[in-house]
Amino acid sequence: MSATTAVPSSAPASTSEPILAVRELRTHFEQRHATVKAVDGVSFELQAGETVGLVGESGSGKSVTGYSLLGLIDPPGRIVSGSVRLAGEELVGRSVAGLRAVRGRHLAMIFQDPMATLNPVLTVGAQMQLALQAHGPVPPAQARARCIEVLRQVGIPDPERRLAAWPHQFSGGMRQRVAIAIALLHKPRVIVADEPTTALDVSIQAQILSEIHQLVRDSSTALLWISHDLATVAAIARRVLVMYAGRIVEEGPTRAVLKSPRHPYTAGLLASLPQSSRPGQPLVQIPGAPPPLDALPAGCSFADRCAHARERCREQAPPRIGEGERAWRCHFPLEVSREPRIVPVVAFEPMGSPP
Amino acid sequence: MSASAEPHPHAPHLEVRSVSRRFESPPGFGERVAGWFGTGAEPAVVRAVDAADLQVRRGEVLGLVGESGCGKSTLGRMMAGILPPTAGEILLGGQPVMGPGPHGRKTTSRVQMIFQDPFASLDPRMRIGEALAEGPVAHGLAGAGEAQAYVAQWLQRVGLPTDSAQRYPHQFSGGQRQRIAIARALAMQPDTLICDEPVASLDVSIQAQVLNLFLQLKAELSLTIVFISHHLGVVQHLCDRVAVMYLGRIVEVAPVAALDGQARHPYTRALLDSVPRLDLASDSNTISLPVPIQGELPSPLNPPPGCHFHQRCPWAERRCGEQAPAPEDVGTHHRVSCHRWREVEGLRPTAPRNGL
Repeated sequence: MSATTAVPSSAPASTSEPILAVRELRTHFEQRHATVKAVDGVSFELQAGETVGLVGESGSGKSVTGYSLLGLIDPPGRIVSGSVRLAGEELVGRSVAGLRAVRGRHLAMIFQDPMATLNPVLTVGAQMQLALQAHGPVPPAQARARCIEVLRQVGIPDPERRLAAWPHQFSGGMRQRVAIAIALLHKPRVIVADEPTTALDVSIQAQILSEIHQLVRDSSTALLWISHDLATVAAIARRVLVMYAGRIVEEGPTRAVLKSPRHPYTAGLLASLPQSSRPGQPLVQIPGAPPPLDALPAGCSFADRCAHARERCREQAPPRIGEGERAWRCHFPLEVSREPRIVPVVAFEPMGSPP
Repeated sequence: MSASAEPHPHAPHLEVRSVSRRFESPPGFGERVAGWFGTGAEPAVVRAVDAADLQVRRGEVLGLVGESGCGKSTLGRMMAGILPPTAGEILLGGQPVMGPGPHGRKTTSRVQMIFQDPFASLDPRMRIGEALAEGPVAHGLAGAGEAQAYVAQWLQRVGLPTDSAQRYPHQFSGGQRQRIAIARALAMQPDTLICDEPVASLDVSIQAQVLNLFLQLKAELSLTIVFISHHLGVVQHLCDRVAVMYLGRIVEVAPVAALDGQARHPYTRALLDSVPRLDLASDSNTISLPVPIQGELPSPLNPPPGCHFHQRCPWAERRCGEQAPAPEDVGTHHRVSCHRWREVEGLRPTAPRNGL
């Protein structure tokens, strides 16, 4: 497939047609005796210019979801079923060449560790040129101008000179800015950012959050912000998806979800934040640990840790229930509260107390 | 605010007296040759900690916060007695924690350290029981014969099953490994713990479990804790007082309640503003971006003269760039090193903000 037919980049972004539509995506990792269901039926949509947060803890499948969108899943991992449509074009099942035509050009990714993203033996300018030339020749002068333009956009001072610098000569925050600049080179339709500020200090994180926010606001790029940190997501995304054990268990406008969570897992996650308890008092904690992804229970994956679980929760996986802009997967959702509230899921009790 | 933040009549339990730590990179071959001809350049020196003064009271939890490279971990390691200071001294109950000189050794087992990455601090080929018994047996806290029972007692104390002693580090989750590291420190029966980012690598729900364990142990064993963290939310929850570091210097020491609107140093205030907060009060579905600190962190090899923060401070004036401010008492247990803290109190920075 040729690069130009991959996605009609000049197509006007219509308001109803999502720029990215993910349907029942399942990414599994085959192991000798079991199948690890890292992503197990994930559906969501991104509108052009929208920023959506995808939150979850380690092992919830949030990063694998991000990698699956770009087809960055290596054996034994495999996208078993589902669909990822970018501006109407199906990406699942494409050849490597077909994916390459899209990656970096229409769909870009920013990773957590910028040092691992950047090539240590190439100058920043050289690797930016490579990324730019990957989708067709660009005259050198024009390429250089574009590189300088994006470096300036992400707030790197003196970009003309910095093109000749090596990655190790940049600080952590500056390196992440270079990685973001590379992602912006082709003005992609969608950017997937996987924990892009987790490795950075709070003051640098604040700079990058506001820069990324301005960049996507001034363009029609959609941003999927993957993070474990509810506060960062609330700072940048108007809509949030909460993942647990490979599924989206709750979604909706960020403030509404955080203010009045309907799923007990979301409520537990919020309640376990230090700021939810009085200083010096024990924090609310979710008992136990997530289920192993190679042996998910038949019913709700959260049932074993949930204080509200009943028999039905253990027998039958809850379907997605939608209500306006919000949706959840829970048989017995929490009541809507008008006041921000903290739901004590369980009383304080040390984990794994001795038998 | 917990009760222990009230003025305490006793002398400080842990005392840091104008402690500095410099790191020099050894000269390369070229520089040595140049040195023979008398043209050698000055060696690169990082002042990781620059004349720090700090007192920790018995039973207190002191938070030590700052960004990467501010010297908080270096200061923590010196307080734990595993890194000798290049100047000044550190006293625990009036006794120095290290012998004199650059090769001085730790003189006490009353202070123990817990590190960020529990997997890196446990020997992967040693059973948990052996790893935990090593120190106490060497120090005569438990005889070789009773080591097993001794270890089991500490495993139980941190909420791990007693059969954990037979297993290896890789058989545990991140949260459980941090419990093991805590048990190993406690098995030495210290009265003081230095914890360097002990929950930074843990998920939110596991972090809550480990923080609860700290709260519980602190109460049960009346421990004094220095809690090093970049996470202000965690520090605000757990600590009584907080010391803020910037480029090797302690710029403010304050009761933790003061972080809520009464922080005096412009850096502390900027740091607090840059933390994303879950503000659930407003009804509209707007986003609330944190306010970044202007400028870049200067190189610790070449810190700016005067107040280290003056180039990024919205209120800096001429003397800030010339003269380092001395610490001043601004309230009970509250000290700040800033020339202009009185004048800028209540002012908001006029730097460009996000029009959101």
